[in-house]
Amino acid sequence: MKTILQGVEFIGRQVTDRLILLGAICRFLISILLMSAMCLRRPWLVVREVYFIGVLSLLIIVVSGLFVGLVLGLQMYDTLERFGSGDGVGMVVALALVRELGPVLSALLFSSRAGSAVTAEIGLMKATEQLNALEMMAIQPLARVIAPRFWAGVISLPLLNVIFCALGVFGGYLVAVQLLGVDAGTFWSQMQNAVDFRQDVVNGIIKSVIFAVAVSLIAVYEGYSAVATAEGVSRATTRTVVVSALVVLALDFVLTAFMFRGF
Amino acid sequence: MNRTLVDLWVGFFVALGMAAVVFLALKVANQSSFRAAPSYEVHAYFTNIGGLKMRSPVKSAGVVVGRVTDIQLDTSNYQAKVSMALDNRYEFSVDSSASIITSGLLGEQYVGLDVGAEEDMLKAGDTIEFTSSALLLEKLIGEFGLNKATSTSAEETNHE
Amino acid sequence: MNDQSAMVELEQVSFGYGSRKILHNISLRIPRGKVVAIMGGSGCGKTTILRLIGGQVKPTSGRVLVDNQSVEELNAQKLFLLRRKMGMLFQMGALFTDQTVFENVAFQMREHTDLPEDLIRNLVLMKLHAVGLRGAHHLMPSELSGGMARRVALARCIALDPELILYDEPFAGLDPISLGVIGQLIRRFNDALGATSIVVTHDIKESLKIVDYVYMIADGTVIAEGTPADIQMSDHPFLAQFVNGKADGPVPFHYPAPDYASHLLGAER
Repeated sequence: MKTILQGVEFIGRQVTDRLILLGAICRFLISILLMSAMCLRRPWLVVREVYFIGVLSLLIIVVSGLFVGLVLGLQMYDTLERFGSGDGVGMVVALALVRELGPVLSALLFSSRAGSAVTAEIGLMKATEQLNALEMMAIQPLARVIAPRFWAGVISLPLLNVIFCALGVFGGYLVAVQLLGVDAGTFWSQMQNAVDFRQDVVNGIIKSVIFAVAVSLIAVYEGYSAVATAEGVSRATTRTVVVSALVVLALDFVLTAFMFRGF
Repeated sequence: MNRTLVDLWVGFFVALGMAAVVFLALKVANQSSFRAAPSYEVHAYFTNIGGLKMRSPVKSAGVVVGRVTDIQLDTSNYQAKVSMALDNRYEFSVDSSASIITSGLLGEQYVGLDVGAEEDMLKAGDTIEFTSSALLLEKLIGEFGLNKATSTSAEETNHE
Repeated sequence: MNDQSAMVELEQVSFGYGSRKILHNISLRIPRGKVVAIMGGSGCGKTTILRLIGGQVKPTSGRVLVDNQSVEELNAQKLFLLRRKMGMLFQMGALFTDQTVFENVAFQMREHTDLPEDLIRNLVLMKLHAVGLRGAHHLMPSELSGGMARRVALARCIALDPELILYDEPFAGLDPISLGVIGQLIRRFNDALGATSIVVTHDIKESLKIVDYVYMIADGTVIAEGTPADIQMSDHPFLAQFVNGKADGPVPFHYPAPDYASHLLGAER
């Protein structure tokens, strides 16, 4: 009987802990939004972070996008050809990328590369008292350190997503047309018939923006609230990657259900 | 770390992103949702629309001339009222007929418009008089079965 | 103008985290223009006092007055203005690791003033010259030795000529030469700027050389105070242990433990 009670208490505490965390993150988001005026007055702060967060993630996104496209092309062709529909490979690759794989994979890659870097950087600044120093110099760390990184993430990820999708489609093209002999004209026209700009591409971009807000928020929050020791920072970095992955996948399910129901 | 270099890279990144969007818009997706070509709306009643959906194409002679914009059940006659936006460039006579056609055997359904002989043309808000509804596979099979049964019993009667 | 009021005053201040009490009804007075040391063992609340003065934390009871203003009652705007008048040197320097030495010192000038770049350049070089590191202006913090980083942090903290300078363990972890240098710089800057300095430390030797007054903290309250001479000649048992670095005394050597013989012989684990 006692263990059942302990079990219930444990679950209850886990749930309340998660709710408290959710509340804290929402409050943090609101603080960031309120402190974002400095980002408008000093755009260089944001531009600098877009370089570190976005530009330096280009390599992994470009390479992954291309390879995902190549592999998708190969796999899809194999299955489609069994029904004599090999020509439709372009359509399948494009839809899969633009609707799902682009937003989700680019968000996951982004959180592991850029998200963890941001968490580590902010955590270390906290551990070496740099954030305290800023406060004592009458400068709000949220405005000067956190908000620019948050906005840079929100700007960078959707851009990375479209680059990922474009490269994926190109990879699919390389495999299907150059390697497997699908006719180029058929490849593109089948794709164009099936992919709708507003329904597919724009919805994919909207998903990506929502993921960008989530992933950037998690990264800066974990860094800011990290325990100020080496171990604390390392734990926070791991949490950023894991929590981002879970949140992205859960949000993806919810958004897909809303956006892509039979129409 | 040089400001100019950073600005250059960030500019390149954003330009690359925009190029990707343009690529996706033009090469990958179809253009129909943006061509906000001026159009006029007509209506048609069908006893059964089958699998016709919103934004299904309206074709004449195989060419897309418009899109389905609304599907409602009209409770005065319990028929489906389908509203379509037709491209201003194409005019159809008032005795044109609309039918719901399936592309291929099991493909998507669309509205096929066959032009009539009258001189007067359909205007915005007009209703197409001549319609024929979607062929439902189950009904076809049912009819086939019934025909088969009738002809078999007819043959048997003949043989007697 | 001869303002006789204290620059900083703690009136019956208590502070704690939940049930853990750090400061009990502590009262201190830091007169203007003086260098005052706040000393005590580790974890006695010295750094907390600095955080109270800087407005980073609020006391659970009592008042903290800086330049006749009650810090905990200030709104964000006024706190901002108060902090502009303060400079703080953090324990490990806390230099901004992504900026050069020059940019670190110039930081506050660029953020808080509209001074033109060439004027800022001259001011920064002057501050760096005062700490002897003008030649290192282009280096990154990771390229500096501990003593050099501390000196740059010192130059940074006086960048806007503050009226109140707070030092959190400025002597921690330095070699003997750097110790002497930092000590002299603290004194010289205080006198040159006409500022008031508070040095939180447990380095007796270096601080007694440069300060005007000492507060000794233990158990969350002031157990002794006086000029360096008073402190050295005092026969208060805690002071005697602290000043002479004796292993055992009012602060016990042994952490509370069971009887030695029985612990070894395995009667208790």
